[in-house]
Amino acid sequence: MDFGLNKTEELFRQMICEFATREVKPLAAEIDEEERFPEETVKKMAETGLMGISVPVAYGGAGGSHLMYIMAVEELSRVCGTTGVILSAHTSLCVEPILQFGNETQKMKYLPKLASGEWLGAFGLTEPNAGTDAAGQQTYAVENGDSWLLNGTKIFITNANYSDVFIIMAMTDKSQGTRGISAFIVEAGTPGFSIGKKEKKMGIRGSATAELIFENCRIPKENLLGKLGAGFKIAMITLDGGRIGIASQALGIAQGAMDETIRYTQERKQFGKPISAFQNTQFQMAGLETKVQAARLLVYSASVKKGLGLPYAKDAAMAKLFASETAMEVTTKAVQFHGGYGYTREYPVERMMRDAKITEIYEGTSEVQKMVIAASLFPKK
Amino acid sequence: MKIIVCIKQVPDTTEIKIDPVTGTLIREGVPSIMNPDDKGGLELALRLKDEFGAHITVITMGPPQAEAILREAYAMGADRAILLTDRKFAGADTLATSHALSGALRTLEYDLIIAGRQAIDGDTAQVGPQIAEHLDLPQVSYVEEVQYKAGDPFLRVRKQTEEGYQILRVALPCMLTVLASANKARYMRVRGIVEAYGREMEIWSADKIDVDESKLGLKGSPTWVNKAFTRGVKPAGTVHELTSEEAVDLIVGKLKEKFII
Repeated sequence: MDFGLNKTEELFRQMICEFATREVKPLAAEIDEEERFPEETVKKMAETGLMGISVPVAYGGAGGSHLMYIMAVEELSRVCGTTGVILSAHTSLCVEPILQFGNETQKMKYLPKLASGEWLGAFGLTEPNAGTDAAGQQTYAVENGDSWLLNGTKIFITNANYSDVFIIMAMTDKSQGTRGISAFIVEAGTPGFSIGKKEKKMGIRGSATAELIFENCRIPKENLLGKLGAGFKIAMITLDGGRIGIASQALGIAQGAMDETIRYTQERKQFGKPISAFQNTQFQMAGLETKVQAARLLVYSASVKKGLGLPYAKDAAMAKLFASETAMEVTTKAVQFHGGYGYTREYPVERMMRDAKITEIYEGTSEVQKMVIAASLFPKK
Repeated sequence: MKIIVCIKQVPDTTEIKIDPVTGTLIREGVPSIMNPDDKGGLELALRLKDEFGAHITVITMGPPQAEAILREAYAMGADRAILLTDRKFAGADTLATSHALSGALRTLEYDLIIAGRQAIDGDTAQVGPQIAEHLDLPQVSYVEEVQYKAGDPFLRVRKQTEEGYQILRVALPCMLTVLASANKARYMRVRGIVEAYGREMEIWSADKIDVDESKLGLKGSPTWVNKAFTRGVKPAGTVHELTSEEAVDLIVGKLKEKFII
């Protein structure tokens, strides 16, 4: 498989790198400190077309490749993990399932506004008692005339307070187990739907993470996404794709910490020479650089496979497992290289270390990724 | 309105170093970019297009790889792109460059020609004004703002000067040279990027343009670079608290001491 970027992707890299450096980087420390969702940045992203990179032109998108979208998450996360996940959750978890499982009416209704960035998207699967064991859904929907009545609570929902469209999983027939779960498109402002407590997080603090509360929330029948009972499958396939986005976020955070450390170790002098001149620095950095590049190849490989329509679930799991663990290692060592300064908010590496941790947890913990990878090694007979 | 924007691919001088031995720019490994003032000019044209509707042609003279900035211009919103490339153009100074560009412009229709004030690699600020002279067009250089009313046969422009600014009215067709600080150029649009490499790139050689070939390239270039060097680091200055009279005496004394006067 060839990962040489084509000319279009090179031109895109130029644009997104410039955008991240000029528009996103200057705000990163501030939105972290203030736990503020960067609405102004999302608006600028919408103007350039970043909210619908891989959406076909027919649905109002830019018609770009999945790899371009992944590169965008990477470059944004290089300077700000928060901004990276806003795009990733919007695209992978809301736009993609509508594109993949929506009927033509749903696509025409939601995709143009999501792709233009007029609307922001989110996804709700996790519940207080249904995390890694996502099959234990307690949110339920019952048919009621021309509509569904939705009741339950979702937690840890990225983009929650600012989203207009939500993909929500709910039990429609408990006796069917995972085949009794269905997916719904829920619009913000629907009566009975409210946003609950906003989480105070360790990292990605600008990202709005909150509860979704459904109390007899009435959803039109036509908002069922995919077939009745197909929700669990839709959620799992959606998360397979989402993992490439989070892997890319982790990759970007790792690269950002490398960039900062390469610069700092050349400037910082101890014992009469820059600390980059010490072999300990050089050997450790060489090892980290190799891991970041290996992570990039895994992430791009999973993305290219998805773009080509090839099976990619295992690739996505490996990319997320390796990229997130690499991000954690690189950022932790970046703080160590920065010494006491690295532990302060004067330098971005402590933020990067806090941001990196979540990539080992959300959209499937590292342990879940290992389950996915192992399942491909030892298929059930 | 038909607008032509002249742009140039330049090395990103924020990342460039000069070879201390030869005195020339070290271009290896330095990224090439669209010259910032030219990007300001393109943005000015795009804003006129957004507001009044316009057809924008971008043109550059350069080696084949200069195509990259024309693709970038497409991704920003340009409608047509022309690359002037030919060995006959090689070695051109500003005069020969302006003759080549004028030769191409003579074959095109326009109401307005825009160029950047100057390029960050040469800093001459000559090509735009020379084109205006060759084409016998009114010109305003150092433009930082343009106002236009649909249907008017003129533009109202704000020109930066050393002391402040001038507001001028200039008849169309005309030539403007624009500052990067005139605006904040837009980012390439994602859809524009996706489409950029599928769009037509017109590649023009010297035969295609309306110009006397003796005015092109090295033989059409009266400029000779005698020597290029990196300016040495200035020693630290000294501060004196003096009256005007004493200051004059001190300065004149120092100049005489160094045999400058």
